[in-house]
Amino acid sequence: MKEVDARGLSCPQPVLLLAEALKGSDKEITVLVDDFAPLENVSRYAQNHGCTVKHNDKGDYTEIICTR
Amino acid sequence: MSKSKETVGLIATGAIIGIIAIVLMANGNPGNMGFCIACFIRDTAGALKLHSAPVVQYLRPEVIGIILGSFFISLATKEFKVRGGSSPAIRFFLGLMISIGALVFLGCPLRMVLRMSAGDLNAWVGLIGFVAGVYVGTLFLKKGFSLNRSHTLSQAEGTVMPIFQLVLLAILVFAPTALAFSEKGPGSMHAPLALSLCLALVVGVFAQRSRICQAGGIRDVIMFKDPTLLWGSLALLVVALIANLVNGSFNLGFTGQPIAHTEWIWNILGLFIVGLASTFLGGCPMRQLVLTGTGNTDSAITYVGMLVGAAFAHNFGLASSGEGTTPNGRIATICIIVILLALGSWNSKKAQA
Repeated sequence: MKEVDARGLSCPQPVLLLAEALKGSDKEITVLVDDFAPLENVSRYAQNHGCTVKHNDKGDYTEIICTR
Repeated sequence: MSKSKETVGLIATGAIIGIIAIVLMANGNPGNMGFCIACFIRDTAGALKLHSAPVVQYLRPEVIGIILGSFFISLATKEFKVRGGSSPAIRFFLGLMISIGALVFLGCPLRMVLRMSAGDLNAWVGLIGFVAGVYVGTLFLKKGFSLNRSHTLSQAEGTVMPIFQLVLLAILVFAPTALAFSEKGPGSMHAPLALSLCLALVVGVFAQRSRICQAGGIRDVIMFKDPTLLWGSLALLVVALIANLVNGSFNLGFTGQPIAHTEWIWNILGLFIVGLASTFLGGCPMRQLVLTGTGNTDSAITYVGMLVGAAFAHNFGLASSGEGTTPNGRIATICIIVILLALGSWNSKKAQA
């Protein structure tokens, strides 16, 4: 399990961080985002790359759990 | 939101903007300028007497409407979230440079698509520059370009700019004599205030919900082979094309196009600036207005940068006209491209964490 903190970053940096993390062998990658466009962009990228995606609302931010 | 729902939202938004642009044009807005963020910010700068070019002065309700539409819908959907502090000074100057690049071409990416849909081949040439600018931007992003993180700020901070738009609207309605208005030229051509404002509110709402972005559409195709965001621009192009054909405002060619020039190299380089700077910012000029409405103060600063840039473009003779570019505009274009490339290299070396 790997955690990527993409909070506060403009598009498309959160997606680039996930893409980088997906190059590793982790089965589960958690991306932290705090805005709606990155939330959708990261989720879409994960789904397009064979991950199932779950969102956990943490108040100030959202955990996107990408499992492959 | 599911992927297909996102795509439907983007197509609907593009289509609605296309129709609204043609409706506004039919009701008085300048040719192929039913909606242009750069042109309308320039006219607003003129109305506020930040520049004194007599032909481009009008407080455009479209800019106010987009910001407020996005503001109200994001309050209603609890997506209003105040954040900022991600390199505000750089963002200010990126906004300033976008205005100058757009005014050398004569349009933001939105007007580029509207011009394309009306048969203006100069805009199709300009598209090459816009795509090239976004492409070069993605190269810097891959090298780690970042304007660093934004942070949560106070509610007041994020509400200031939407309130400022309400103040501008109040001045426009109740004290218009305080403002400068063009008596001829593009600034004198405008749809009725209420119509412009209402339709712009609709655009603001849809653009906020769908996250439509002209630069993002091309960027995501180049970087991630993901066409989702591009659907918005494609729908805009197709719907505006059909509307222009129905309306009789389609005219294929390079010459005789409304508020456009035929100097292809400067059309390309002007939009290259817009594409590259928008990619650095993470969104096109329209997206900056929409984000401003959602409490993003980095975008609010970018909007101020665009306002100042538009004033510079006219105060220092950088903006083109239907007759062509200016010597100062050509020099500024080259200088800005050098500055953007230098900024890209400089900011890519920093650690992202």
